[in-house]
Amino acid sequence: MGDTVPSNAKCVIIGAGIVGNCLAGHLARLGWKDMVLLDKGPLPNPGGSTGHASNFIFPVDHNKEMALLGVQSANQYRDVQRSVDSGGIEVARTEERWQELQRRMTSARAWGVEARLLTPAEVKELVPFINEDVILGGFYCPTVSVVDSLDTGTIFRNEAIDKADLKVFANTEVMTLETVDEPATGRKRISAVVTDKGRIEAEYVVIACGCWSNRIANMAGATIPLVPAVHQMADVGPIDVLVETNSEIDYPIVRDMDTFCYERQSSGSMEVGSYAHRPILHHPDSIPSNEEAALSPTEMPFTQDDFDPQMEQAIELMDMLGDAEIKYAINGLLSLTPDAMPCLGETVEVKNLWSAAAVWVKEGPGMAQVVAEWMTYGYPRVIDPHGADIARFYNHERNDEHIWARASEHFNKTYGIVHPAEQWESRRALQTSPYYSRQQDLGAFFFQARTWERPQWYESNADLVERYNVADREAEWDRRWWSPITVGEHLNMRENCGMVDLSAFQIFDLSGPGAVEFADYLSVNKIGPVGRATYTPWLTPDAGFHSDLTMQRIGEDTVRVVTGVFDGGRDLAWIRNYMPTDGSVTVTDRTLEISTLGVWGPNAPALLATLTSADLSHEGSPYGSLIDVDLDCGGTTVPAKLFRISYVGDTGWEIYVDWNNGPALWDALMANGREAFGLRPTGGGVYGTSGRLEKGYRLQGAELESEYNPLEAGLARPKVKSADFIGKAAYLAAREKGEPEVVMCTMTVEDSTDSEGRVRYLQGGNEPILDADGNRITDSHGRVSRVTTAGYGPSIGKQILMGYLPRELSAPGTDLKVMYFNEIYPIKVVGTGGPFDPDDSRLKG
Amino acid sequence: MRILVCVKRVPAPGSKINITADGQRVDDANLGHTTSPHEECAVEAASQLIEEHGGEAVVLTLGGVEAEEQLRYAVSVGMHSGVLLATDGGEWDPQRTAAAIASAITNLEASGGPFDLVLFGNESADSSGFQVGIRVAHTLGRPMVNGAKGLRVDGGTAHVEREADAGREAYELPLPAVVGVKEGINLPRYPTMKGRLASKKAGVVTVEPAGEAGGLAMVTLKPPPERTNETVILGNGPEAAAAVVDVLEEIGVL
Repeated sequence: MGDTVPSNAKCVIIGAGIVGNCLAGHLARLGWKDMVLLDKGPLPNPGGSTGHASNFIFPVDHNKEMALLGVQSANQYRDVQRSVDSGGIEVARTEERWQELQRRMTSARAWGVEARLLTPAEVKELVPFINEDVILGGFYCPTVSVVDSLDTGTIFRNEAIDKADLKVFANTEVMTLETVDEPATGRKRISAVVTDKGRIEAEYVVIACGCWSNRIANMAGATIPLVPAVHQMADVGPIDVLVETNSEIDYPIVRDMDTFCYERQSSGSMEVGSYAHRPILHHPDSIPSNEEAALSPTEMPFTQDDFDPQMEQAIELMDMLGDAEIKYAINGLLSLTPDAMPCLGETVEVKNLWSAAAVWVKEGPGMAQVVAEWMTYGYPRVIDPHGADIARFYNHERNDEHIWARASEHFNKTYGIVHPAEQWESRRALQTSPYYSRQQDLGAFFFQARTWERPQWYESNADLVERYNVADREAEWDRRWWSPITVGEHLNMRENCGMVDLSAFQIFDLSGPGAVEFADYLSVNKIGPVGRATYTPWLTPDAGFHSDLTMQRIGEDTVRVVTGVFDGGRDLAWIRNYMPTDGSVTVTDRTLEISTLGVWGPNAPALLATLTSADLSHEGSPYGSLIDVDLDCGGTTVPAKLFRISYVGDTGWEIYVDWNNGPALWDALMANGREAFGLRPTGGGVYGTSGRLEKGYRLQGAELESEYNPLEAGLARPKVKSADFIGKAAYLAAREKGEPEVVMCTMTVEDSTDSEGRVRYLQGGNEPILDADGNRITDSHGRVSRVTTAGYGPSIGKQILMGYLPRELSAPGTDLKVMYFNEIYPIKVVGTGGPFDPDDSRLKG
Repeated sequence: MRILVCVKRVPAPGSKINITADGQRVDDANLGHTTSPHEECAVEAASQLIEEHGGEAVVLTLGGVEAEEQLRYAVSVGMHSGVLLATDGGEWDPQRTAAAIASAITNLEASGGPFDLVLFGNESADSSGFQVGIRVAHTLGRPMVNGAKGLRVDGGTAHVEREADAGREAYELPLPAVVGVKEGINLPRYPTMKGRLASKKAGVVTVEPAGEAGGLAMVTLKPPPERTNETVILGNGPEAAAAVVDVLEEIGVL
């Protein structure tokens, strides 16, 4: 550790908390050399959030990335022997929470984590000082662990010093980040880190600065959308029963879920932590320096008033806490993002500037591994990172107003009961389609997809519930964020015609002399001639799914990429990352210029024929074709592209028009179709779930993840094109191996009557698929069979599930089981396709 | 017995203290606040005396409304009630502060009975004036000892000890008396959770302070010159031994 930093390095990691240290260690394991690790504070505790973390890991989470990386991280702490399995109990005080604990049991089974439910008396046996009278029971997980994150960081850092001669500079503050312009991609590239001890030219820079990360990123013109937020903790003691254990932790950690608090033994004291107080957010500039802080920068002054209600509840649960002294209490800072997921990956604004931020101690080593693999292999291997990928955020999600509003909204949900379809209350209507006011008039119930508002169903279609005699659902959880209208809209589309607003599609044009070649390099499937569209995966270098989208050849030198709103940010970043830098390709975001309506159903051809004289037969407009037409919309001529495709299993088109012409198209379709063809505006419940599921169509981020390849997903074509593309070598190697070990399947639920006699409806929240004997199903890579999507298929009258199954369990008719809220239900394999219209006669007949 | 303890709300800074641009106060925007350490000991001393002799202890402060936080903290560690002499939060000079407190004591005693002891901290943690306690004692005409490192009450007498160059000085003060307590006299307790919750319900009376500005005015605050700690590496391993011996001899340890 010298006083001046080296003048150049391959990689500079800023931040020596749990993430930066583990990242240095993981990069060293992967062969990286010539690295520098900086921190503005002293070592081993530079004063960030790691230094005051409560350091425990509950391995069960409903979210796959958080659950599996939590387990991965816990194991890495165990590997360096800085971990103790204390066990942990989530206790329920309310019936609603007790139901949530049934759901926890289900997720525990999905991820293979040992867990069991306890009666209040059984909780008392493990935690003798608990007041069992106020709880209904507990969810016990013996592998809950307590770790030493500071020491683990030191061990990983030392490993990097030993293996890769990592240069470490404590008490070294970053003054600015330097970049150079990269005109072809419209981005910048990182070039140097300027510190108070000198300037380091660097090829890669990683920001692992915890709650300061956005401030550091801003120095380079990049954004890491997170905000420092307070988590209050108070250490009370000494308490005799804890002192007598003579150990750091001898009793299971108790999470008092309904009060959003935890009680964790810390030697002779009890640490009481809270996520119940009002959201308290700070701007990074208001965090004191190491010298200015009374304790450490991230141990801010305790605001006692915020904690008082939690103390009463804590005493209610454990009376002994009342007489213990409050020795240490802080407003500890941690990082919150707009959607409660971390910020991992390369920043979208600056090439080679990476983010490893908004990561807590419980998932630190695993997330560091994700970033290290991403930097090394072009994509992580340990897990699909789409939920944590920093590129998922659109510009509207990167400003303080949004970050603060969303962080405020979800802070109190840290221990909350969050439905898989739960919608945000704040920051709505950030992006609306040209039809928004019409949809509001029709009583649309909107779901927000990242920033975009999309109708999920229309109250104006309530009459369809009666027409199709749609039953309501009995369990409140199953009908939350759902309406029987969506079933009516589905059946109407199958019988007549439905119109779906697809304006949230993210549309990017690749143009220039190198555009087609580049488009082919991104895609597994060959880009067609002008007038053809290609449905294709984009693979990672390891041949997993990065994207699944359509590419339309709209000109000799122009290819239009149309992708889903949940993936637009990631896909645009992927394009920019791989596009040539010689200027032969330009990328233009057309999303706000083009509006899309989908029209599907048996009456769709006749309806569309009222607007155009173009040949809409299967000869004139074959499946997959893209034709330019002029639509007569009530006297206004609207130029449009008709793309014959379907994601819902009925024939029809996606109609692309100029944004400003959208309303005329909507009005014309409604005017011509409402009475004559039974046209109804139709929501995302049909498009995204029921229509798609009946056909077994895959969705990126659900069925399609980087952990699976096209063979496994059932999307491999008979031949592989000759041109090179990302992931080709790995894809060919996978094909060489022959039949895949697992295949994506659809299944039907045979009977979902629960122990109370209610028919339950699965929500598609990673419910475990079990074999006929009720055992978990995993493959040789450890991948678990779980529900990737669930939904009711109105046209077949059954619930449909999707999930990967080992080939030997994938035969149509195979009987399996699924767990939902800790009850087991029989299911049956349909096959690799969907149960509705397996011959595609409605699409192509 | 009845005891009044006077405390002051002060910022709780780190090693580097920022001063506002006008030079008039410590920039406490991002700081927590506490009670001056000597006064924490005064509160503890009062708690112990009440535990021993019975009676009532009242805590008083002069400051902005936010100083109620320090009053309730004192209640959470043994005081029975609080009195806030509410100002607009600006710094009051020692004369004015002392006048206001003396006046308040007179009023409090008129309504609630006399205080056997009025305790202060030796000096405040921020301005370190060493004045308010002695001025209050003088105004009330009561005996006062500052720097107390020992305090007990025996009948109508307070026995006070303090450290001196050649041992300890012992004083006997007839009650009622005023004592300035110095850190080290005891180890202040932390509040318990129940104590904290009870403190929220305790009575805190807000009184408008009365006192004329005195002759002492603050001109400006300046941070002290930065202390530099020079580290000299004497060597590695056994070959450093001779240099270590030299240093130890130089500082007179050997």
